[in-house]
Amino acid sequence: MTEITALKAGLLADIERADTLERVEELRVGALGKQGVITALLKTLGAMKPEERQQRGPAIHDLRQGVTDAIATRKAALEQAALDARLASERLDMTLPVDAVPQGSVHPVSQVMDELAEIFADLGFAVASGPEVEDDWRNFTALNIPETHPARAMHDTFYFPDADAEGRAMLLRTHTSPVQIRTMESVVSSGQEPPIRIIAPGRVYRSDSDATHTPMFHQIEGLVIDKGIHMGHLKWTLETFLKAFFERDDIVLRLRPSYFPFTEPSVEVDVGYTLVNGQRVIGGSGDDANGGWLEVLGSGMVNRKVIEACGLDPEKWQGFAFGTGVDRLAMLKYGMNDLRAFFDGDLRWLRHYGFSALDIPTLSGGVGA
Amino acid sequence: MKFTLGWLKEHLETEASLETILAALNDIGLEVEGVENPAEKLEGFFVAKVLTADPHPQADKLQVLTVDAGNGALQVVCGAPNARAGLIGVFGVEGATVPANGMVLRKAAIRGVESNGMMCSTRELELGEDHDGIIELPADAPVGTKFADYARLDDPVIDLSITPNRQDCMGVRGIARDLAAKGLGRLRPLDEVVAHLPALAPQGAGPDVRVEDEEGCPAFYARAVRGVKNGPSPEWLQQRLQAVGQKPISALVDITNFVMLGLGRPLHVYDMASLRGALVARKARAGEEVLALNGKSYTLDPTMTVIADEVGAHDIGGIMGGEHSGAQDGTTDVLIECAWFTPESIARTGQKLNLTSDARARFERGVDPAFLDEGLDIATRLVVALCGGSPSEATRAGRPPVERKIVAYDPARCLSLAGVDVSADAQKAILEKLGFAVAADWSVTVPSWRRDIDGPADLVEEVVRIHGLANVPSTPLPRAPGVAKPIATPEQLMERRVRRMAASRGLNEAINWSFISEKEAETVGGGDWTLANPISEDLKVMRPSLLPGLLSAARRNADRGAPSIRLFEVGRRYFRRADGSSDERLTVGIVLAGDRTPRGWATGKAQPFTAYDAKAEALALLAAAGAPVANLQMMGEAGASFHPGQSGTLRLGPKAVLAEYGVLHPALAKRFDLSGTVVAVQIFLDAIPQKRRSGFMRAPYAPPALQSVTRDFAFLVPEGVEGDALVRAVRGADKKAIVDARLFDVFTGAGVEPGMKSLAVEVTLQPGEKSFTEEELSAISAAVVKAAGKLGGTLRG
Repeated sequence: MTEITALKAGLLADIERADTLERVEELRVGALGKQGVITALLKTLGAMKPEERQQRGPAIHDLRQGVTDAIATRKAALEQAALDARLASERLDMTLPVDAVPQGSVHPVSQVMDELAEIFADLGFAVASGPEVEDDWRNFTALNIPETHPARAMHDTFYFPDADAEGRAMLLRTHTSPVQIRTMESVVSSGQEPPIRIIAPGRVYRSDSDATHTPMFHQIEGLVIDKGIHMGHLKWTLETFLKAFFERDDIVLRLRPSYFPFTEPSVEVDVGYTLVNGQRVIGGSGDDANGGWLEVLGSGMVNRKVIEACGLDPEKWQGFAFGTGVDRLAMLKYGMNDLRAFFDGDLRWLRHYGFSALDIPTLSGGVGA
Repeated sequence: MKFTLGWLKEHLETEASLETILAALNDIGLEVEGVENPAEKLEGFFVAKVLTADPHPQADKLQVLTVDAGNGALQVVCGAPNARAGLIGVFGVEGATVPANGMVLRKAAIRGVESNGMMCSTRELELGEDHDGIIELPADAPVGTKFADYARLDDPVIDLSITPNRQDCMGVRGIARDLAAKGLGRLRPLDEVVAHLPALAPQGAGPDVRVEDEEGCPAFYARAVRGVKNGPSPEWLQQRLQAVGQKPISALVDITNFVMLGLGRPLHVYDMASLRGALVARKARAGEEVLALNGKSYTLDPTMTVIADEVGAHDIGGIMGGEHSGAQDGTTDVLIECAWFTPESIARTGQKLNLTSDARARFERGVDPAFLDEGLDIATRLVVALCGGSPSEATRAGRPPVERKIVAYDPARCLSLAGVDVSADAQKAILEKLGFAVAADWSVTVPSWRRDIDGPADLVEEVVRIHGLANVPSTPLPRAPGVAKPIATPEQLMERRVRRMAASRGLNEAINWSFISEKEAETVGGGDWTLANPISEDLKVMRPSLLPGLLSAARRNADRGAPSIRLFEVGRRYFRRADGSSDERLTVGIVLAGDRTPRGWATGKAQPFTAYDAKAEALALLAAAGAPVANLQMMGEAGASFHPGQSGTLRLGPKAVLAEYGVLHPALAKRFDLSGTVVAVQIFLDAIPQKRRSGFMRAPYAPPALQSVTRDFAFLVPEGVEGDALVRAVRGADKKAIVDARLFDVFTGAGVEPGMKSLAVEVTLQPGEKSFTEEELSAISAAVVKAAGKLGGTLRG
């Protein structure tokens, strides 16, 4: 008995002291391998008499089990230690910076045009476009601005020395209003009839350059031609669009009679602002103590001469038109104060005022981002 | 258009406050640009008497005064040569702000002598140019009164922006008429307004004036006044003109300005001594020169109208008087011209000569053709009142177009066009107050001064602006039932997708000028459209390429120290069609410059962009635009803007170029002062065919049941064979089985003979119903090798 007890104690102590997996394996082979001491003891069992086997058998099996367990335990402990050591050795400074993905951006003018398209789509307006190099008939004459009209002088027009095939002087459009003409013309020439509901955003040009004017800027035109359309509809449309655009219900409009040759009656539209920390924030009545009015839109009922010039019957069709500055709307909504920065391409400005590709204006999510 | 409240009240009898008047002006379409009370800036300036004047102990040019401004004697140091005891002048007290320079007056020591305030010159108070000395007031000016009160400067100046259709409001009386119609008071009859002037007692025949150019000047009325005495106009007139920004010249000239600003009637006064023979309104002769009042000489042509005597032209008719025949200080006999010029003719002449004037602004908008006699009479009475003399009878040459327009109006138009219900009676009342005559059958006679009124819509506008736009009820625009339909066109959707794809790939959208300099245009082949009147040489030619604008923007960013520049723009390039019309092509431009990746702890040194970055952007954006990217041909050399060996185009067929990309030509980069490798892309969105939807919104598709297999092939090919050619050949070897071929290795060097290169391609094979047999695989391999063989390729051992 005692030699088995002593053997067990010795083997367990050796296993406990083993500090490498190799040493554990060496001990396993020495004890439990083919030539191992325990294997040898087990082999003696067969030759024993039953009484002796009954007496010594359990001790030998106990020895084998105990050593087997100890080896497994020791092995697991050593493996864990090895893994711990490896993980410890693989430690990285997780505060190191990752590679920055370049941040792209959509220009605020593009974003605002998308916002406006979204709002007006809900009101049933399509988006129309026309050339920026335009003829003077569509830019002026068809819009009831004859050559000698003083209003021509109000537009600081860029001209080209060229004329088109019909002898019309070519120029850079001074407003998006010629798209009104082109839209009505195409309705007539394709044999269709109104209703027409369009917006036409785009680049326009005036030979003007100072802190608040750039020789190129963006306008958006709106045109509705139908039966029975009147100024009440114009007023509602402008109110509705501005409320949706600025995402505020406290938009207050002030309509003032004005003059544009292509509309009659003509209306200039002011929107109320409130001074917040010295900044003009759109919203509230301009007549409030802290408020004022900003001119944002020109509009009116389309002049019958314009409808006629496009080949439609003004007795049958009437409607309204409006125009406003896209850059200006962007400035009023997002708070930029220098128009020139819009066209400078300064990456710092573009990243700050630009929009993520994913900021797609939607009616459900709001058109502001 | 500037006027004072006092001037307005000469024509408008009203109790309304200034605030009410301003609000009403805005309401009726006479936009208030500003309002200013000159008395406010003269706060703290008083009529004062100089009691004593002694030499300054330390300075020869200064005096030490004691001044009484109503509160006892104050000591003041003064440098004006005319300062002397007994002088009555204008004194600014401590705390007052000098209008001319914004200086706040403080107690100070001047060369060691205490000074309390300042005696002021005309210029310091912004009342004139005189700065030779301090203001001298009459001896009876009451010491201690506010100077603004004494000088009757407490009259607010209102500045209106008059729209081009309202010539009638380019005179105070027209504004008063509109306000009266709005209900702000009574328009005083003109007789009442001028009742204080001496009655006209003409003697003798009128001057010899004639109309030869009936087209340009249908009517030329005139009167002579002999024996006048010209000189400075009286204080009230000078003040009134000054208040509205007109410089007083002399009584005769000031009268013409007063009538023009008050009644909207431009006039001209000639010194008869400078005239020879009859004064004639005639067409200018070709090349005829007129030295105008502004000191400039103008060369005229026969479309223009002049007022000329026997010797030559004096006056650019209706636009500007001549330098040599105007009223002077010594003038004794004058001829007052009251003519009517054809608006279109005035506009054309003004545009051609690039000459603006108050007279032109009025004549080209059309002054009241029925107000010649009255205008001439009032002017004559003013001349007699202020300068004396005896007037002649009037001469009336020609006849102004006084026929009145009649508009057939239906009061129901107000509701149908403006959407506001104004009763017929109320409409009639408004129109009549504005001077229209409304007959029982609603034929409406337009007043002679409203040339702008043309049809029923104009009458609706008159009614609504007076009734108040605020009363137009907001009415919802009818909308189609249901969810709003999509309205964007395929082209618009494509533009949006491309823009947002570019932004999602880290590019920043810029908007650059559509025009570039001629030099820049030359670097990209020249433009079709060059402005006749550019604002600067830098903004002259409509761009034929988006690259110059982007390169300039890149340079500005580089100059600001931006290490990495990724810019794009979506915009048009401008060309000219054979028929002379504009051909504008929507294009995406991209410029990548600086570091592709910055230096990093993991990535090492900063990496520049390569041509393949440009290609990657081109392909990604083309895919977003819906171009059939897999079918595009890659052909080398993108043109002169690019590095000839590191650029390419992507085409759909040999002619349809969808994109060009590559490394920018170093010479072009240098012209834009850009250093390092710059790569660029242009994508021609207008060339991309739009897919039309049919049937389902997606093509049918079911993932194959069997897994695809890949096989690698390495070929030795002549060095000139382009990778894409080999890949296309391999793909085409078995169009059914081969679903993809990808070039994954390019090698030259050891083991590859000179003049050859090794290209390795991974071929993906997709089995159909059954797995490939060994025989099938061998056949496909053989086909691949054969296809490569046509390009001179051999399978590498």
